[in-house]
Parts: sequence; C-alpha cells; structure tokens
Amino acid sequence: MAAPEARNGSPAPAREDVEPLETELLLEAINRRYGYDFREYAAASLKRRLWRRIHAEGLESVSGLQEKVLHDPACMERLLRDLSINVTSMFRDPSFYLAFREEVVPLLHTYPFTRIWNAGCSTGEEVYSIAILLQEEGLYERTRIYATDINEAVLETARAGVFPLDKMQDYTQNYIRAGGKRAFSEYYVAAYDGARFQRSLTDNVVFAQHNLVSDRSFNEFNVIICRNVMIYFDRSLQDRVHRLFYESLAMFGILALGHKEAINFTPHASAYEAIDPHEKLYRKVA
Amino acid sequence: MTVGAYELIVVGASWGGLHAFSELLDQLPDDFGAPVALAQHRSIDARRGGLEDLLQLHTRWHVREAGDKMPIERRHVYVAPPDYHLLVERGSFALSVDERVQFARPSIDVLFESAADAYGSQLIGVVLTGANEDGAAGLARVKAAGGVAIVQDPHEAERATMPQAAIDATSADAILPLNEIGAFLYGLCCAAPAREVTT
Ligand SMILES: C[S@@+](CC[C@H](N)C(=O)[O-])C[C@H]1O[C@@H](n2cnc3c(N)ncnc32)[C@H](O)[C@@H]1O
Repeated sequence: MAAPEARNGSPAPAREDVEPLETELLLEAINRRYGYDFREYAAASLKRRLWRRIHAEGLESVSGLQEKVLHDPACMERLLRDLSINVTSMFRDPSFYLAFREEVVPLLHTYPFTRIWNAGCSTGEEVYSIAILLQEEGLYERTRIYATDINEAVLETARAGVFPLDKMQDYTQNYIRAGGKRAFSEYYVAAYDGARFQRSLTDNVVFAQHNLVSDRSFNEFNVIICRNVMIYFDRSLQDRVHRLFYESLAMFGILALGHKEAINFTPHASAYEAIDPHEKLYRKVA
Repeated sequence: MTVGAYELIVVGASWGGLHAFSELLDQLPDDFGAPVALAQHRSIDARRGGLEDLLQLHTRWHVREAGDKMPIERRHVYVAPPDYHLLVERGSFALSVDERVQFARPSIDVLFESAADAYGSQLIGVVLTGANEDGAAGLARVKAAGGVAIVQDPHEAERATMPQAAIDATSADAILPLNEIGAFLYGLCCAAPAREVTT
C-alpha cells in the first residue's frame, strides 16, 4: 500500500481498521463529557470533518483528537464548529422561496397568527430571508419565528444580522429570482463590518439554542423549515427528528425541507401531502 | 488489480465531461453490471433532470440523480446533483452542502475519497477531461486504498489539466484514450463472474 495521502485536510486511509472503533469511542466520549451526541450523524461526512480538525490541531489519529477534546474544552468548541456545517446563504434555492410565496403565503393569510420554527438556522441568512418575504407579503406583523441551532456561536452571528458585503451581489440575484418585490438594498446598509440588515427584521424572531438530537419540542408550529440539516444525520436519527417535527406541527401545518430531502420512506410519510414535491413543501394532513 | 472484484466505479469529469462520459457509456456492454457514480462539474441553474436525460440516451441501465441515503444498485448510473457534494458510504450514497472543494460542488475529490474509504480495493476511479485539478487528490486516495486508478490520456482529452493533475498525483494503473477505457473496465469487471453488491 502506498503512503497515506492527506490533502485538503481530508482523511488519510486508516493504517489498520481501528478507525471505526476510535471514532465510536470519540463520539461516546464527547457525548458523556459535553452532552453533544454525534453518534448518529452520517458517517462519511463526519469522517471528513473529524480529519479536518485532526490535521488542524496537528494531531495524527482519531484517538489523538479524543485525548485533546476530553482535556481541552476550547478544542471541543473548535470541533463543534467543524461538525456543525454552517454553510448557508440568503434566498438559497430561489425557486423554494418563490414556491413559498405562491403556495404557502395564501394559506398563512387565513391564520390570525403564525408560528414558524426555523430549525438549524445556522448564521441566520435563512431567517432574514423568510422575514423579508413575510414582510413583503404583509404577514410579518402576525408571525413569530423561532430560529434555532445546535451551535451557539452561529446564533450570535444570526442575532447581529451582519453579513459579508461581497455576498450581496449573489444574494440580490437570488432575491430577485425568489420573487422579491423591492430593491434588495433597502434591507441593509453597508457598514465597515459588512451589510447590516434592518433591526426590524428580527423584531419577531426568537433565537435559541436547540439540539434536534436530544431536545424536545417547545411549541406548536404552523410552519417548520428545516433545510439541509437532516442530510447530515443517519436514517434512524432522521426518523426521530421527523417524529419530533410531526409532533410539533399543528394540523395542516407546513413542513419545508431541503431540495434533496424527501419525506418518502420516513415513518410519517403518509401523514403529509405534497404541496410542491420539487420544492419539498409538505402539509400535515393526518 | 483483481478481475471481477469491483463493486463500484467512480468517474470525475469537468470541462468536456458530458461528451466524454456519454462516449464511455456507449462503450459499456449490457452485461456490464457494476454501478457507476459520476461527479460532473455543472451549473446550479442547469435544468432539473437534464443531464440524466441526456445520459439515458447512451445506456440501457437506469440513470438516476443520486439521492441522500439512496442504495447503490447494480446496472445503475448515478449522477451527483448540482450544488451538493456526493459521498459514498458502504452500500449507499450521502449528500452534503459543505463548502466547495477546489471551487467545486459536487467535488470529485469528495466523491473519490469517501468511496475509497468505503470500498477500498473494490473500487475503480476514472478521471476524465477537465480544466482544473479536482480529482487528483481523490484518485491518489483511491490508489492508496488499494483500488484501481484510470486516467484519460491528457493528449486527447478535451481539456488536459485535470487528467494531467491526476497523473502527477499518483501512479495510475492505466492512462488511456477515451475509446479504450470502456474495454479496460469491461476486462476488469466482467472477465470473471460479477458479484452482487453487498448492502
Ligand atoms: C448546512 S447548515 C443549513 C443552514 C440552512 N438551514 C440552510 O439550508 O441554508 C446545517 C445547520 O444545522 C445545524 N445542526 C447540525 N446538527 C444539529 C442539531 N443536532 N440540532 C440543531 N441544529 C443542528 C448546524 O449547526 C448548521 O448550522
């Protein structure tokens, strides 16, 4: 066998096949020491993330990382940032927001008040996008958005509402394609530290830490938006989170998933009807 | 290289890749059963299902966009969806929206590296035409894990950068003109009775 290759912070091939065992022990240790349970995260992606941290810490094995993480909470913080993949953008998948405008907004107009749960909101780009959409559709005043994530650090960014200026061109394009009704630049001012979004967009938003693996439901919602979070979970964890969502949705409530996430094959599939199967918009009907 | 012992073929292609991969599919006979997974750099705005439809014209196997947790089946060609990384676990696919790697999502490296971890010596990696260096690190990992590394001859590839980078990164088992890759794969996979994919 050739020498292990390690590029892009990606994993080197295991010397022997002890790596699955080391990984199991590491995840067990993290769970017992810090209460974060990554044991049912999808293996291939988790492995990439662990090796990125192992290289960044100048370590050589998963068990090396275990030792460091157990003794050094700051290292755990860094690992948590790696494991919670926070990649996001405003009006990501514009066609989703367009469908939300056209197919969900009319339903919400029939409610006196709407509670929305944005689960796995990351640094908040999704929350601000939804808030803008609801404002333009005249719904924001009677909506409360609960924006949650496992990672407290990203929630800080989300609360601040300052996003990189160099992204605004892309976001403006997305906003237009998402059916935006105004000029996107009306929603932020360019400051020294980035594009500062209007404070009023978060007037009706509650940001809170919530772990989908271990925390319970905390309310009954009319809409749950959870995009590109469950692809990082294995099948059994996906099923459990689907149960959590099912139990947290009011009757006729809306479930919105990422473009490549489907409700088929989950235990609650038959309880939903598709409002827009391509955009992964579902409605609880049973 | 052991004949007949391969469970999965991963292919990476960028500039000129659609044409090259179609031609490769044309060469594969019907009794060739090993599943094929393709990471082709493509635009996010590409029409939904467009690439799959085009490829379907070149094969009698099922061409599918790979989905999260989708089982890997024989006589199927899987295509990485635009704007997602495609990863392989033993017996199934996984998707992720992690950062772009080498400016690309899907990244060929991500597909190849995860497939090498899952399938080791039962994997074949093929790097085709392209104008960047994605796939080089991935092919090196395929090789290091005991799999077979095949590269399209840069001299006849529509763009030479990607196959050349792959050649520089590892000692490829074969550097071949496109029209010989199909026969080579067939020889590797089908000269002995094919085995079932274990899921
Ligand atoms: C790829 S981002 C998706 C962001 C956004 N929803 C989007 O689609 O653009 C995934 C987010 O899920 C969060 N996450 C991962 N595991 C979680 C868990 N167990 N509970 C809550 N959030 C989690 C991560 O911290 C990260 O911010």
